[in-house]
Amino acid sequence: MPAGAPIVADMTNAIEATALTKRFGNTQALAGVDLVVPEGTVLGVLGPNGAGKTTAVRILATLLRADSGSAQVAGYDVVRDSEKVRQSIGLTGQYASVDEDLTGIQNLMLIGQLLDLRSRDARARATELLEWFDLAEASSRPAKTYSGGMRRRLDLAASLVGRPAVIFLDEPTTGLDPAKREDMWDVVRSLVNDGSTVLLTTQYLDEADALADSISVIDHGRVIAHDTPDGLKRIVGGQTLTVRPSDQSRLDDVVRIVADVSSGRPETSPRGVVNASVDGDAAMTAAVAKLAQAGIAVTELSLHLPSLDEVFFTLTGTRTEESEDVA
Amino acid sequence: MSLDTATNVPSVTDRSAVPSSFRAGSARPLRTIRHALALAKRNLIKLTRTPEQFIDVTLQPIIFLLLFVYVFGGAISGGSRHDYLEFLLPGLLGQGIAMGSVALGQNLNADIEKGVFDRFRSLPIARSAPLVGAVLADFFRYLTVCVIFLGFGYVIGFRIGTNPLATVGAIALSIAFALCFCWISVFIGMKARTSGAVQGVMFLLVLPLSFGSNVFVQANTMPGWMQAFVKVNPMTQLVAVVRGLMVGGPVIGHLGWTLLWMAILLVVFVPLALRAYRKRA
Repeated sequence: MPAGAPIVADMTNAIEATALTKRFGNTQALAGVDLVVPEGTVLGVLGPNGAGKTTAVRILATLLRADSGSAQVAGYDVVRDSEKVRQSIGLTGQYASVDEDLTGIQNLMLIGQLLDLRSRDARARATELLEWFDLAEASSRPAKTYSGGMRRRLDLAASLVGRPAVIFLDEPTTGLDPAKREDMWDVVRSLVNDGSTVLLTTQYLDEADALADSISVIDHGRVIAHDTPDGLKRIVGGQTLTVRPSDQSRLDDVVRIVADVSSGRPETSPRGVVNASVDGDAAMTAAVAKLAQAGIAVTELSLHLPSLDEVFFTLTGTRTEESEDVA
Repeated sequence: MSLDTATNVPSVTDRSAVPSSFRAGSARPLRTIRHALALAKRNLIKLTRTPEQFIDVTLQPIIFLLLFVYVFGGAISGGSRHDYLEFLLPGLLGQGIAMGSVALGQNLNADIEKGVFDRFRSLPIARSAPLVGAVLADFFRYLTVCVIFLGFGYVIGFRIGTNPLATVGAIALSIAFALCFCWISVFIGMKARTSGAVQGVMFLLVLPLSFGSNVFVQANTMPGWMQAFVKVNPMTQLVAVVRGLMVGGPVIGHLGWTLLWMAILLVVFVPLALRAYRKRA
């Protein structure tokens, strides 16, 4: 897979946006956004609610016109050649949804017919996609009877009917449970394996880390950081290893073991949980081995990335608005 | 789900798979018509899934007929309810299709709010196709209005005074008028913030148009200024033609005015609706 962030000059870019601005009334939704996605790669656009992620996607997908700036998708200008852009893209998102009253197959066949497939071929394509997304059994039920995860899959299937070169996924896993998220991630990975370019917006660093070749962090309509996942993690402080022994009397042993594998000093919380920042995934394996050797049972053992909130705190020195609301 | 096997079945997402089945580029207007028909089919499926959407074109006409014939009929006609029914039914038909058009703007407004139209907009189809499709599907609602009025009218004693051919002509003209008039509803549906607002605005329009006309009473009992409004009102012209074709009376002059009004409605409101749709974020 290409390394992502450092944009190689001779690489063809599937998406290129320069200095996009958009204002809605008094709200400056985008205040000069640059985005670049090389062909065949995944760009994660990471940001809190209201950062401008959806607005950027809507402009790139020709649903909305920017006030200023320019953008090319699949080599075509989103304003001058919007029809060509629409032939090359698939859009899935919070707002581009399926029709609840139509069944799964009716939804997909409609898209196929609108893409000028003959109805026989539209049916074949719809059936193929429904099977692939494990929706074959539900294919003749109205979409309103689908669960959240099924809806997302149908929605994604709808955007793939025309085999688009560029796919926009606007918060594809928001509201899904962890298992369903992993399923969705697998779908995205296989799309990229097959040569598609993906721009995905998300509120989760772990999602961007799992899928993206490069990440643009966006806040208040501006890109505040653009890097590879590894580069970004270096900036925001890598991963945190969390261990909680079931026997609290072994806490000191745990602290010692965690100190061995970590790059920083472990911190112990009053609840008997030991946290330490670590440099790589190997620390987890090492910790597991050492804990097993010492015969220490644990009720919690995890390796996690900083939350979006922590990323923002590091990058901007301020908390995201949601966390301010909570606080 | 079977995604763990996903990478072994690349055909679904494989972009190198030849999209052989895409139709060779037929002419643009033909494509747009085909897309509009596909979208009209979608609207029809939605209508059959939610039969309550037919109340305004089935039960409402029946209630209006009953109320106006049996509550006001005696007073207005000075005795003969049957004569009033003969006079009223073609008028109520005109009002019925105008009221029937309200739901179109409401549904479109709700569709846009739900995000279904975002998907359509991201596809390489004419921007007008989803709107034209919705209007075409509405044909069946207007046909329903006509059938209900004539059917229930027959039950309570309405009889056609002309011939079946003229009646078919009256129905055809009514539906054609409805398909022009409903673009006002489409336009309001694009402009209004909520679907409830669409209904409010449309009723502000439909009520003066249908009551300030020859639908319920002849205009000669009204003051001069009101008669002037009634005369230019497109509803008056349509109802005069339908009345002429169903129970007898002059048709030609009113037909000319009706067709002119239909053309004006299309020329003014189709571009306005499309523009509002394009501007709607």
